[in-house]
Amino acid sequence: MAKKQYQLVSCTINGKAVEQMVDVRASLTDLLRNDFRLTSVKKGCEVGECGACNVLIDGECFNSCLYLAVWAEGKHITTLEGLMGPNGELSDIQQAFMDETAIQCGFCIPGFIMTAVEILNRNRYYTDEELRKLLSGHLCRCTGYENIFKAVKKTMLRRLGRLDDPFLTT
Amino acid sequence: MYDMSALYEAQSVQDAIELRLAHPDAQIIAGGTDVLVQMREGKRAGKALISIQKIDSMRGVSLDEEENLRIGSLTSFTHITNDPLIQRYINVLGEAVDMVGGPQIRNAGTIGGNTCNGVTSADSASTLHAWDALIEITGKNGIRRVPIHDFYLKAGTVDLKVEEGEIQTAILIPKASYDRTFGHYIKYAMRNAMDIATLGTSVNARLSPDKKTFERVRIAFGVAGPVPLRATRAEAFINDKEVTLSNIEAFGKMVLEDINPRDSWRASKAFRQHIAVESAKRCLMESVTLAGGEL
Repeated sequence: MAKKQYQLVSCTINGKAVEQMVDVRASLTDLLRNDFRLTSVKKGCEVGECGACNVLIDGECFNSCLYLAVWAEGKHITTLEGLMGPNGELSDIQQAFMDETAIQCGFCIPGFIMTAVEILNRNRYYTDEELRKLLSGHLCRCTGYENIFKAVKKTMLRRLGRLDDPFLTT
Repeated sequence: MYDMSALYEAQSVQDAIELRLAHPDAQIIAGGTDVLVQMREGKRAGKALISIQKIDSMRGVSLDEEENLRIGSLTSFTHITNDPLIQRYINVLGEAVDMVGGPQIRNAGTIGGNTCNGVTSADSASTLHAWDALIEITGKNGIRRVPIHDFYLKAGTVDLKVEEGEIQTAILIPKASYDRTFGHYIKYAMRNAMDIATLGTSVNARLSPDKKTFERVRIAFGVAGPVPLRATRAEAFINDKEVTLSNIEAFGKMVLEDINPRDSWRASKAFRQHIAVESAKRCLMESVTLAGGEL
């Protein structure tokens, strides 16, 4: 058997600087789930198709299953747990998913929400077609896509101050 | 955990060359969206990897001193699509790579990885063929540039010499290629996202100053043969001809003399031929419009 290979990784996870020895064979999903117990990061397909393991790395979305843990060196990583307010409050996008019942089994939701965070952080308006394309890297087998779309669109409209948009009353 | 025997991390291009010479059997890994999937599937299980992910000097788009567009091989698809130089000089490349996989894959996947795979369906490949891209290869003896047509040796094999420690470091679009040239790409697939092209068609056109004549038309296909290919007979037919719908119609039919698609579970040969003709026409019509011509 080949000799085991470990490496020290220093990065920031959900705003906190951390150091961790990792097996070089580990994916970022392995690191986040096994070493930091961030279980919002789901193991779905593990080949980059389903988006359940999606996290933000320096503000961009990546499927953490296709990202080596050692590549996290020096990066800022945000998972769903990082959206929580100081007293355990939900963020606006999480609340919107609840209000729209954009959740059934919940497995795909953390990944979807992190993609939504990347989209919403750009603070710009997207058409329905653009939004659907931006959300297309996730599979929901409960097929709740319509409600997920509504939750993201409504949060976008609210953040942009378009409070009289008729879509908000649908 | 991935089933790899060892991981070697390069911090610079020089580092990568030395690692390649020291470990000739190791697989180069860039964005990981192909190599790690293949490792999971067992195809590359047990292999050693040389990661070039941390070589930040291989990222980004710039103009060199000869005004060639230089795209670092590690530039992600998303960064190519959003880059102002790409949008200005070769918008179609940004549009083509915006059809790869889904958003997260486009954040991770790199244009160098897309081309080094040597697969015919790569969304960047047909456009790079149609624009006569040059591949910059760096090895122990320095840098050499190869036309992308020669870089693809056969399906899944590209012109990188392991014994020279070579890696692909950039892709160049010469000024003579992008100057006054406008193009369009059509990806035909079953789904809009997370799918592989049944056929990819990339066309670009340069019109005469009065916009009445085709000065130079180039067309390349992905999945019309084992590697991406140019339809040279169709190009020879349309060049110096008048910009008319009937000429575009004839151009579309001509591509059948150049391409050799196969029957596969994705689509039959007959269907691929049908969409090749249709896509060629539509791409050229769109290119004419973008170039300011009228039909």
